[in-house]
Amino acid sequence: MDVQILTFIIVGASFALYIAIAIWARAGSTQEFYVAGGGVHPIANGMATAADWMSAASFISMAGLISFMGYDGAVYLLGWTGGYVLLALCLAPYLRKFGKFTVPDFIGDRYYSQTARTVAVVCAIFVCFTYVAGQMRGVGVVFSRFLEVDIVTGVVIGMAIVFFYTVLGGMKGITYTQVAQYCVLIFAYLVPAVFISILATGHVLPQTGFGATLADGSGVYLLDKLDGLSTQLGFNEYTSGTKGTFDVFCITAALMVGTAGLPHVIVRFFTVPKVRDARKSAGWALLFIAILYTTAPSIAAFARVNMIETINGPSISDQAGTGTPHSEAPSWITSWEKTGLISWDDKNQDGNMFYSGDERNEMHVDRDIIVMANPEIANLPAWVIALVAAGGIAAALSTSAGLLLVISTSVSHDLLKRNLMPNISDKKELFYARLAAGVAIVIAGYFGVNPPGFVAQVVAFAFGLAASSFFPAIILGIFMKRMNDKGAISGMLAGIGFTAAYIIYFKFVNPAANVSENWWFGVSPEGIGAIGMLVNFAVALLVFKMTKEAPQEIQQLVEDIRYPKGAGEATAH
Amino acid sequence: MAFKNEEDKKAYWRENLALMAKLLIVWFVVSFGCGILLVDLLDQIQLFGFKLGFWFAQQGAIYVFVALIFIYMYKMNQLDKRYGVDEE
Repeated sequence: MDVQILTFIIVGASFALYIAIAIWARAGSTQEFYVAGGGVHPIANGMATAADWMSAASFISMAGLISFMGYDGAVYLLGWTGGYVLLALCLAPYLRKFGKFTVPDFIGDRYYSQTARTVAVVCAIFVCFTYVAGQMRGVGVVFSRFLEVDIVTGVVIGMAIVFFYTVLGGMKGITYTQVAQYCVLIFAYLVPAVFISILATGHVLPQTGFGATLADGSGVYLLDKLDGLSTQLGFNEYTSGTKGTFDVFCITAALMVGTAGLPHVIVRFFTVPKVRDARKSAGWALLFIAILYTTAPSIAAFARVNMIETINGPSISDQAGTGTPHSEAPSWITSWEKTGLISWDDKNQDGNMFYSGDERNEMHVDRDIIVMANPEIANLPAWVIALVAAGGIAAALSTSAGLLLVISTSVSHDLLKRNLMPNISDKKELFYARLAAGVAIVIAGYFGVNPPGFVAQVVAFAFGLAASSFFPAIILGIFMKRMNDKGAISGMLAGIGFTAAYIIYFKFVNPAANVSENWWFGVSPEGIGAIGMLVNFAVALLVFKMTKEAPQEIQQLVEDIRYPKGAGEATAH
Repeated sequence: MAFKNEEDKKAYWRENLALMAKLLIVWFVVSFGCGILLVDLLDQIQLFGFKLGFWFAQQGAIYVFVALIFIYMYKMNQLDKRYGVDEE
């Protein structure tokens, strides 16, 4: 059977599964719509959180990025997993004890201020939209490459599916669908990795395979060979980086803290019954995420070697190949050339393709194709290719659904119920939540079809914003009970303002100046969120010193969230 | 069930913070320490096919992260029980 028919069957079957789950888990109340009634088992919640968190970026792009960045790719690996430790230790249990639906809810109540709530709502909505546009685009790319429908149709199909189960099922529907999506995506990610690891080194586990010797009998370690090839071809050594140490430090910190501050991840810990379950969920979530994140660097290294050897020809002993004829190029090269993501420019007119890091280079290979093309590069069977397509779509859909839900709750709950129309009934609120989700999907779909040229940049923006706004406000809210409204608000505004200004300047106003010589202390716009976070903390503490501390009943409330139960009288909140 | 008295409550919170601090130090050492700041030093040691610093940055730190969260969970549950505030 050919790849396209298999892809139709496997993707179609996964869609049928998601829809069936959505119908089974319909939401009846706002409680179920927002937080699944707080009754989800920690392991299921862990899987759902993992699927929610691992977006099209993790599934489709990350291994490709690492493949091209080598050691520097560690910023994503460390940043996106390390943030969970912060989340599990410093935020999740306390926010669960606080017992509200959303992050703006926490900020608004803890800082007894509608201004704080509004600032938080605006940040949450912006962060989520940024993300969701990228996801829709991911769905479109997968559809257009593997089903050969055009990208618009792809996005519309994706929108329809997400609309169906978000609007119908709310958090409850999403949670159980995400459990299924996690299973699909992790299986789809591991199968090709295991195959390739066995082929190249004889190791079943890709995690140990990429540190092993090659199976060709040469006794050379894979990574040593890759370092050798990279140097010969004019790239940097694979296992050492090009970025400055302080920059790597800051980017990692910004991604970690950004992860811990992302509203769609935090909201996950409201869906379990107890504080101890919130702790447990975070552990399971990271375990499920780690399975993919420890496989990714291995895929990256294998794919790098395979790609170089396919394009330049096999290396003889330790000498890199000198090129292969384009007329004999394997089908994955020609089919990705059609999408424009691979291109070949025969500079020396010899009819051969050649890939290198210097002026001899004739190839452009887009980073995003590595995971999708990987099974084809390694000549794996057609069903594996179809499976990867289904996995990519699962990753994009699960994240979109989680984000859309945050957008819809932010509008219906934080903006309408808690701000504009406090007397709204539960049923009305649920209606507005569904309406907001619907509108959000249409807007996200529009951006998926007409992506602003700067999606990738805006994602860095979203992390920087989350890191420099929410994280310090929540941490201070929990661990410093005297922190007041004025301190928190000015901290958030200063943090966001600083981070946004730095990013906007280097990414949009004066992109030509975006080189390390011009950066402050060598910190790139991707890493500036870490500095923004420090600015936030500093301003918050300074303003706090000059103003009155939080009122007694708020301090009591903070006291209360520190203990799993029965710690003094809960105040009216 | 609640805390027996104010001292217990304070002690519980202190122990909670102490545990957090310990785990966060490990968190910092394996990621920012071994994976970033000390990477060149550790890269001089080779373990199978991995340079050690590279391995921490792309594999090791992540395993430690998972372990940290489960240790935290286990220790906190014990702490809750000791102070009679567990939720069973």
